[in-house]
Amino acid sequence: MTDTTDARGSSTAWQPSTLELERRAFRKRQTGRSVLVSALSTIVLAGLLAWALIGSPGWAQVQQTFFDPTVALASLPRILEGLWLNIQVLVGASVGVVIVALLLATLRTLRGPVFFPLRALAAGYTDLFRGMPLIIVLYLIGYGVPGLDFFPRVPVAVLGTIALILTYSAYVSEVFRAGIEAVHPSQRLAARSLGLSHGQTMRRIVLPQAFRKVTPALMNDFVAMQKDVGLISVLGAVDAVRAAQIETAHYFNFTPYVVAGLLFVLLAWPMIRLTDWLSARMRAREQVGSIV
Amino acid sequence: MNAPSASVTEPVLRLRGVRRAFGDHVVLDGIDLDVAAHEVVALVGASGSGKSTLLRTINLIEQVDDGEILLRGEEVSDPRVDADGVRARIGVVFQHYNLFPHLSVLDNVTLASRLVHRVPRAEAERRGLELLASIGLADFARAFPDRLSGGQQQRAAIVRAIATGPELLLLDEVTSALDPELVGEVLALVRSLADGGTTIVMATHEMAFAREVADRVVFLDAGRIIEDAPARQFFEAPREERTREFLARFLAG
Ligand SMILES: Nc1ncnc2c1ncn2[C@@H]1O[C@H](COP(=O)(O)OP(=O)(O)OP(=O)(O)O)[C@@H](O)[C@H]1O
Ligand SMILES: [Mg+2]
Repeated sequence: MTDTTDARGSSTAWQPSTLELERRAFRKRQTGRSVLVSALSTIVLAGLLAWALIGSPGWAQVQQTFFDPTVALASLPRILEGLWLNIQVLVGASVGVVIVALLLATLRTLRGPVFFPLRALAAGYTDLFRGMPLIIVLYLIGYGVPGLDFFPRVPVAVLGTIALILTYSAYVSEVFRAGIEAVHPSQRLAARSLGLSHGQTMRRIVLPQAFRKVTPALMNDFVAMQKDVGLISVLGAVDAVRAAQIETAHYFNFTPYVVAGLLFVLLAWPMIRLTDWLSARMRAREQVGSIV
Repeated sequence: MNAPSASVTEPVLRLRGVRRAFGDHVVLDGIDLDVAAHEVVALVGASGSGKSTLLRTINLIEQVDDGEILLRGEEVSDPRVDADGVRARIGVVFQHYNLFPHLSVLDNVTLASRLVHRVPRAEAERRGLELLASIGLADFARAFPDRLSGGQQQRAAIVRAIATGPELLLLDEVTSALDPELVGEVLALVRSLADGGTTIVMATHEMAFAREVADRVVFLDAGRIIEDAPARQFFEAPREERTREFLARFLAG
């Protein structure tokens, strides 16, 4: 009966003071004003750009050759079909990259003179493939491997996937290595002291912590690779880019390229947002941690 | 004392002429030490005297340059011995707790049981929860270590070290990183382990605690054992001049 009203409405419950209410009202007015200013300036800028574009002498021509709705619709099924190949290559390459990169990173963090040859090999590999343009790796693998005649008739998409793995595993292994080295040595010490083997320590203690530290960086590399899968078209694989090229030739119109480009953006977009969100969250958490 | 049956008197730990140097810097200079079952030995000495290095050497994290380490009569400093197996028989607690931040408190405690001793998860967790309950941390079993205070973390780390029933427990200044008001709870736990018969070697700066809990106190200076005496005698009637100086400096603050 009176118990509940007492608990809520008792005089001990805090009410903001007049001073605080006044501050809040002021902040609200300030925020409202800032939002208005930034919204207006954005609209003005966008309007100016649109006006310059549409008002340009060649606009009608450009609109027709790059943004033709009928061509877009007609070429969409083929391009989507091609995009499906890109997605398959992307999945295959991602799995391959993680495996090879983990292996390379582990090799590079081995200590002791016994492991020097392995360390040197891994270092040479990462130097080579971080320095070499992806398109050249694609040509070398795409045309070189079939020339070896070892495995006849490997699909070009598979060769493209291998080239992507070679290049991206070099980058990603460096990310992993940085993550592994950022795990404090005392964590290793504690694990070994419990009797865990080197391998168990790596799998259960070091790598999980390293992964957490480098997740945003890894996701950025993933977004970059999402775009670069389009390069397998140079080997003749009929992916979204190649399909767009064929459609472009067919219609004498560049709209299919725009369609393919937008599809790639759509594909990457969720990952880009997720990466941003995750980095912001990790930053916030670290700041909380440093205050405590 | 000189009983003929070796198995009864055989120390848990025996060090014979243990030496360790980093370059020209000799950090352990011929250490001889016996630790009997259920004995609590306190290692004291100035900063840099080699206490931590000695503990790491016993745990085979640090290699000896000479001498031997025997665990229940077995020479474990032999390179042919499986070091992981030896470490699994020795519990270690560090100054900075070193809990695994990505694992729950319970997983920290049960990790070695599950991975090294191959205890089924259910059984390891039952035992882990029991241990956590015994130190009043049952409610934190599923929490991550960063939710715990320093004292709670260190007590969880101690429980992690004893969860597999080690033959020997090594403690390296387990209260040095703690706020003064949290030291008591950790020392109480160590005291109860000592009373329960755990064999302990502990490096410490807590002289009052060493005097109260340790059976023997070993004074280390520049990598040598200067004095090794029963706790009471060590503090009340030290034989060595250097021990007296050390204790005087300590009492002076
Ligand atoms: N890995 C290493 N490389 C080189 N020198 C080392 C190494 N580890 C320890 N030392 C040296 O050995 C000496 C003894 O160190 P140790 O940590 O064992 O001392 P301690 O008695 O534990 O000191 P504290 O009371 O400060 O913990 C120090 O001079 C230290 O610099
Ligand atoms: Mg030390």
